[in-house]
Parts: sequence; C-alpha cells; structure tokens
Amino acid sequence: MAHTTDPDTIKKPVAHRIDIQEGGFWHQVRYIGKLLLRDRSGTIGLLLFLTFIISAIFAPAIAPHDPLQQNLRDSKLPPAWSEGGTWEYPLGTDNLGRDILSRIIFGSRVSVYVGFFGVTIAFSIGMIFGLVAGYVGGRTDNVIMGLVNLLLALPYLLFVVFIAAVLRDSNINPLILVILIFGITDSPIFARITRGEVLRMRQSGYVESAVSIGANTRRILFDHILPNLIGPLVTLATFEMSAMIFYEAGLGFLGLSVPPTVPSWGNMLSNGRKYLTTYPWISTWPGVAIMITSLGMNLLGDWLRDVLDPRLRRVKK
Amino acid sequence: MAPLLEVKDLKVRFRTIEGLVHAVNGVSFTLHDGETLAIVGESGSGKSVTMMSLVGLIPTPPGKIESGEAIFHENGSQTDLLKLTRAELRKVRGGKVGFIFQDPLTSLNPVLSIGQQITETLQEHLGMSREEAQERCIELLTSVGIPAARDRYKAYPHQFSGGMRQRVIIAMAIACTPQIVIADEPTTALDVTVQAQIVDLVKKLRSDLGVAVIWITHDLAVVAGLAERILVMYGGMVMETAQVDDLYKRPQHPYTVGLLGAMPRLDDTGRDRLVSIKGSPPDLHVKPNHCQFAWRCEYEFERCWKEVPPLIQVGENHFSACFYDLEKGKPRDDI
Amino acid sequence: MQRYLLSRLGQSILILFGVLVLVFFMLRATGDPVALMIGREATQEQVEAFREAQGFNRPIYVQFFEFAFNAIQLDFGDSLHYKLPALPLILERLPSTVWLAGVSLLMSIMVGIPLGLIGGFNPGSIWDSMARLVGLLGQTVPNFWLALILIIVFAVNLGWFPSFGRDQPSSVILPAFALSVFSMGQIVRLTRSAVLEIRSEDYIRTANSKGLSNRVIYLRHILRNAAIPLVSVLGVQFGYLLSGSIYIETIFSWPGLGRLLADSIGVRDFTMVQAIAFFTSLVVVALNLLTDMVYALLDPRIRYS
Repeated sequence: MAHTTDPDTIKKPVAHRIDIQEGGFWHQVRYIGKLLLRDRSGTIGLLLFLTFIISAIFAPAIAPHDPLQQNLRDSKLPPAWSEGGTWEYPLGTDNLGRDILSRIIFGSRVSVYVGFFGVTIAFSIGMIFGLVAGYVGGRTDNVIMGLVNLLLALPYLLFVVFIAAVLRDSNINPLILVILIFGITDSPIFARITRGEVLRMRQSGYVESAVSIGANTRRILFDHILPNLIGPLVTLATFEMSAMIFYEAGLGFLGLSVPPTVPSWGNMLSNGRKYLTTYPWISTWPGVAIMITSLGMNLLGDWLRDVLDPRLRRVKK
Repeated sequence: MAPLLEVKDLKVRFRTIEGLVHAVNGVSFTLHDGETLAIVGESGSGKSVTMMSLVGLIPTPPGKIESGEAIFHENGSQTDLLKLTRAELRKVRGGKVGFIFQDPLTSLNPVLSIGQQITETLQEHLGMSREEAQERCIELLTSVGIPAARDRYKAYPHQFSGGMRQRVIIAMAIACTPQIVIADEPTTALDVTVQAQIVDLVKKLRSDLGVAVIWITHDLAVVAGLAERILVMYGGMVMETAQVDDLYKRPQHPYTVGLLGAMPRLDDTGRDRLVSIKGSPPDLHVKPNHCQFAWRCEYEFERCWKEVPPLIQVGENHFSACFYDLEKGKPRDDI
Repeated sequence: MQRYLLSRLGQSILILFGVLVLVFFMLRATGDPVALMIGREATQEQVEAFREAQGFNRPIYVQFFEFAFNAIQLDFGDSLHYKLPALPLILERLPSTVWLAGVSLLMSIMVGIPLGLIGGFNPGSIWDSMARLVGLLGQTVPNFWLALILIIVFAVNLGWFPSFGRDQPSSVILPAFALSVFSMGQIVRLTRSAVLEIRSEDYIRTANSKGLSNRVIYLRHILRNAAIPLVSVLGVQFGYLLSGSIYIETIFSWPGLGRLLADSIGVRDFTMVQAIAFFTSLVVVALNLLTDMVYALLDPRIRYS
C-alpha cells in the first residue's frame, strides 16, 4: 500500500519497551491514560477513531433514517443549513431521496469491516511469515523475503484493481472478497517489519541469552519476541487500516467493491459524480467522512508510535 | 609558563522535560601555554559540557551558561570567551581551539572526501585558496601518519579504518594551528593498540606545534604517560587538581583515591574482586549546596553536608576540594 | 558499485519475471478466463469459439511460455475491444500519463521540499507546524475526492481551469494537483525528518566545532546528505504517480493509461488490462532501478566500496 513508504516508520528504530510490560494491567492502562491526556492530538485521534467504530457498530440506533429507503419526493435536498434543506435530512439527500447522513453512518460499517478484518488478516499472515523468515533464516528467509520484495515492488493500486475486476463475477460476497484481497496484498509490509524486528532482537543477543538459559522455542517466541513486536506492528496496523479505507473507497468508486445499493463511502462518491455540478453535496460528505476517519487513525498512529518508543526520543538530545 | 586560558567559576545548566539539570557547578582551572591538562571524571561529571560551553558548542536552548568567566590570553590581550557573540565564537572554534571527538566512525561527514573536510576549515579560517589549502591538507595528512596522502586525500571516510579516521580528525583539529586542542575521549572507541598510536601521535604533534592540549577521559591509565596536570571532576565540580606524579603519589581527595584504587593493575595480587566506589552518581537536578561526593564518601562528616568545599591548597600546585585531611586522618581545622 | 548495480539489475529481472507469472495467473484466478472476457450473455458456442481462437484450450505451460515470450518483446496481443495491437494503444496514451505524473511530481517538489527544509531547520516554528500539517493532509485526503472538490470550486464555480480532457495547457493543473497530495505529504515528511536526523549527527557537531559558517553547514553538510534519501523517495513517488492515476484520469477524462485501464475493465477487455498491468510494472521497475543507480552515484559509500 502507499503507506509502505512512510519515512518515519522505516527510519526510526523502536526501543524495547520492557518497562511497560512490567506492572499490572491497570497500572499500564493508567500510564497510557496519562500519556494520552498529555498529547492532545493523540486524544483527538483516539476520539475520532472511537466515533468511527461506534457509528459502525450502533449504526441502526444512531442513523436517523433507513439508508436504503428511497423517497423521490424528498430527493436532491441540500444540507439542512442551506436554502431548501431541512433538519430532517441534516446532510441532505441523494438523487433517490436517501438520507445522506444515514448512508454515511451505515457506510462506516463497510469501512470498518474492510479496515479491521483486512488489517487483521494482513497482520496475521505477515507476522507469521515474518517470524518464520527471521527466526529460521537461511534459504527459507531468502524465499520468503524474495516474495515479499516482489509484492512490495509492484504498483499496488494497479494490481488491486486488476484482481478485483477479475474476481468481480465470481460468486464470492464482494465485501469478503475485498477484505481478502486487501488482507493478502497488504501482508508483505507486515512480514518485512516483523522480520526486521526479529533479526534485530536476534542480533542484540536478547534471544541468545534466552536460549542459553534453556528456554525453548515456544517460550522465546511468546515471552520475548511477541511482546516486543506488538508495538511496531500495532502502529503499522493503524496506518494500514486507514489506507485500506481509502482503497476500499477507491474500489467502490470504480464499482468494484460492494454493490451500489449497499451504502459505502466509495459508492456514494461514485454515485454523486453525475450530480457534481448540480447537487455537489452528494459526493462531498462521503469524502469528508473518509478524511475525518483517516485523520483520526493517522493521529492515533502517530501517537502510538511516540508512546511505544519514547525512550529513543528522549535519549537523543 | 604563561596562562593561556583561565576558567573561573563556570556554571552551566540545562532545561529538560524533567526540570533543570545543573551540569557544571562552579568549575575553575587554568591552562598554560603548551601545557597538557587531563580532565578525568565519570560520565555525567560535566567534563564535556564544561569544554564545549567555552566555545559555544552547547545549544542554548536548552542549555544556558549561568555564570563564570573564561579568559583567553592571546598576544597580551585578554578576552572572555563567554561574552563573545556567536560570530566571534565561530572564529574561535577551529581557528584558536580545535576539537577532537570520541567516535571517529561517526564524526566525519560520509559524503565528503577527507580532503574536503580539511580544506574547508583552512579556507574558512585562514582564507587560503583551493590550491593552497589542498597542499596544506596533504602536508597535514602526512604529518598525522596517513600514508600516500597525495593520493588518499580524495578518498572518503568509509574507506579508512577507525584509527586512520581519528588521525584525519586530528589533522582537521590542528589544521589552523590553534592554541588549544580539546580532545574529548578520543581513544575510548578505539582498541588498545590503536589507542597507543594515537597517544603517541598527539605527543609528537604537541612537541612539534607547541599546542596546549586538554584531554578529557574517564580512564586514568591513558593519561598517565601524556598529561602534565590532571583535573578530577565529579558532579559538575572540580574535586582535585595536581601535577600528574603528585596526583598518583599523593591523592588527597577521597574520590581520586577511589578512582586510583579502582584501576585494575597487572601487579595486583591480593585482591580477587574489582574494587569500585560504592553508590551511584549524584542527581544533577538538585543545585548542589554541599559536597557532591558526600553520599559515596567513606570519610564524610557533618561539615561535608553543610557547605561546598572550596579548592584547598594541599601541596605545590596541588588543590583538593575536601574538608577531610586524608594524610592526617581527621577533618581539616584550618579552613 | 558494479556489484551493487548488477545485483539490483538481477533483482529487477527476477521481479519482472514474478510480474509475468502474477499477471498471467491473475487473469486465470476465477478458473476460466474466457467467461471473464466474454461476459455472461454469450452462448456456449461463442464461448468455445473464443476459447479456441485465443488459444485458451492449450496446456497451461504452453500458454504461459507463449505469453512470457511475447511479453518480453512487448507484444501483448490484440485488444479485445479495439481489435488492434495493444502496445501501440498503450504507447499512444503513455505521454499523457507521463505528463500528468511529471507535473504532479513537480508540484509536490515545489511545495514539499522547501516546506520540509524550513520545518526541519526550525522545529517547533509555525513553518514546522505547516510542514507537519501538509504531511498529515497528504495521508488523510483522498485524492479522488479532492479531485471532485477541485472541479466544483475551480472549474464550475470559478471557471479558472478546465475540468476534463487535455485540450488546453491549463487542463493539467487540476488533475495534477489532486494527484499530487499524497506525494507532497510524503516528500515534506521525508525532507523534514531527514533534516532533523542529520542535524543531530556527530559529523554536524564536528562541522560546528570547526567554526564553519551556517551557510556552509546547511548547504555542504546537511543538504548533501539529505539529498540521498530524498532522491530515493522522489523516484518511488514518481513510480506511484505513474501507476496510480486511474481515479484522477477517470474523473478528469484525461486521455492516459489510467483511464484506458478503467475503460478496459468496464468492457471486459482483459487482454488490455493484462498488457497495461505488465507494461506499467515494467516502467515502475525500470524507474526503481534508475533511482537506485542515481542513489549509488550520490552516496560515496556505495560508489566506492
């Protein structure tokens, strides 16, 4: 995905946040809470992110109208504060009289599903391959990394669009299809980061000392390696989730995502294109929704990155 | 010997997220023409900060020179370095005071040739033309022991070993024939054989150029063969200062005694454990109003906690900042 | 350096081979490429006739070999829709996409680099905040949406720029700007973080200790080091711009490869889609290789190793 070239992620190494692993669960929660309050942008990010998640989960309860209900009499109404608009449809209605606000709220479901499950799949696949490559090394490492580098070298959008177009006719549920596509195609970056971390830990003698006191492989993995991986991977996951929401909207724009009846931000953008000059709000709001969600996730990701390696920053003058 | 640099009661602090750090708390010393002074202390003792603050190398936020003087004597005139403007300090750096830093592997710019990095300082301070600077550069490289300098001055830092790079850095430091060269732990990052070579090189240059050298280190052994005077620092303050032999034979400050005792020696037969000074370095967040070493000192008594001990003369050219008289085995009563 | 470049060349060739394999098999991902290309309404006879004519009934390795062999010579067969050879059609559209990507990159550089530099040299200042804001916006603003907004504001309401086609010189402005958001953000971020990192390096402390003027330190020491990762990012971004313009070109009816791709998907012209996929990958891989060559030239540690 485009975010693989994020300069900050690649350049800065992550410290071993060993101390945050000590202390009880609530101790850690309080510590994180204090850090959040100190950093406003992180708080904003978290709030936006939670808004996004909550609106997706509780959509039927929050949305003022049924997103699918067409009402031709009330169609093409502008947002409530403009002339001709009404507060019954706060953001206006589209060409078929469907309430835009409700569609946006329901549209967040598609984005959440795609983002969350897509990232979970990418994270899982990537982490497993990265662990194997880094831990086993040798030829396995070469093969896995060769594949990873190949996938990362490709023009991402092109191939996603290609595969989505090819599989469009198949009988797979389009939402699941999109989730799978993103999950699989985004796993290489997780693999690469995981492998990098594993190699670093091996080099730092951390693993060697564990082996020398007789820890078996499983224990090394779970007690030592995994906790140190969580930090960078979760940070990466936030950014990739934001990217997936973008890409889903893009696919929806081309009609390669969920069917046009299902409300999704990409569909709405695409639908509104025809009415750009006449009823511009139909396309404007879904874009704003994407932007706000993305903003939240990026702020959250930046904050996570800082929280998870502040040691390195403070030491560095 | 004429005094070259007189530092009086220098105090430097830093503002950090966790509060103020009092890095240097009233340091005074005098460096004479052509003298080699070693400044010895642990990490955090303030030795580097002291030197760097003299020539404006401490970034001023977050650092701040609270008070003090640093009188530089040159051709009969005196200038307080701490009162100079930034532009004037720039001329001092490189021109009158040369620096050698600790890690040769990272102290050279990787994308410029070593020749460029030397000629730029010649051009800046001595106004040489490119050709003149190049010739001088080759001379300098030869004088520090870089073989085939005429061919190699166009090479890049990564093409040299650590020891060679440190020689290049030394060449850079002496390029404009400064009056003082400050070497901040120049051999710490090198292995022992190379260390000896660098020390020899500095000795040779010192006698060829007559430059005064301040050698900062935490390793007493390195300076034994090189320094004429030693300054022992702890917690941002001077603990003891003396001529080399005097310090080794008659250390008067408990900290110095501890340092000397902690040095492992080849002829140590009686001990099976390494001796260390118990306790840990002082917290520099607190402005000191008593002896900084009191927490770790075997000989501490009431007075040590009430006032900061001044530098008391305990011999010829030998001063110790301690209220306890080690030789008599009791607190001093004449101060 | 030769070894580095040869190894990169080797890697690139392997990647291209991987692309060949991928493109070939992606087409067959549903199992039957014919159904994909012909659509649901075709009769069984038409399907079989098509299968025969296009050679899909031959063993898979034969098909692959022929595909690969042709692709290397840039022969991608005929477009199903236009009934003409695919390559000339691609080459006809290529200049428009290159022009769009080029102007986009230029915009990204003109805003991104100065802002990143000023931000890096003055952290905490208002310029730095602006730099970080641009960096953030680059990640959060969807370019296809921005394109629509730009059209509404600048083309429809203000009438300053055309909103479709490539007829006038100013036609490129709106699409290039919309396309540039992401790259602009990346370039600002990288420039800024490179400057910040380099400033804290030991060799800058050495340069300072030599009493060099600020100008010399900024230009000769800091910038020359920052140029190295910057060149790398510029190359990657250009590749991204060239291959990622599908939405922008569609929205602005820009006669480039992106729109050709979108149209081909619409009419199920998968021969064309395959051709574009391979061709674009080829261009991106070549571009990456070129970027690495420039990088090797700029960084003495690689050039003389």
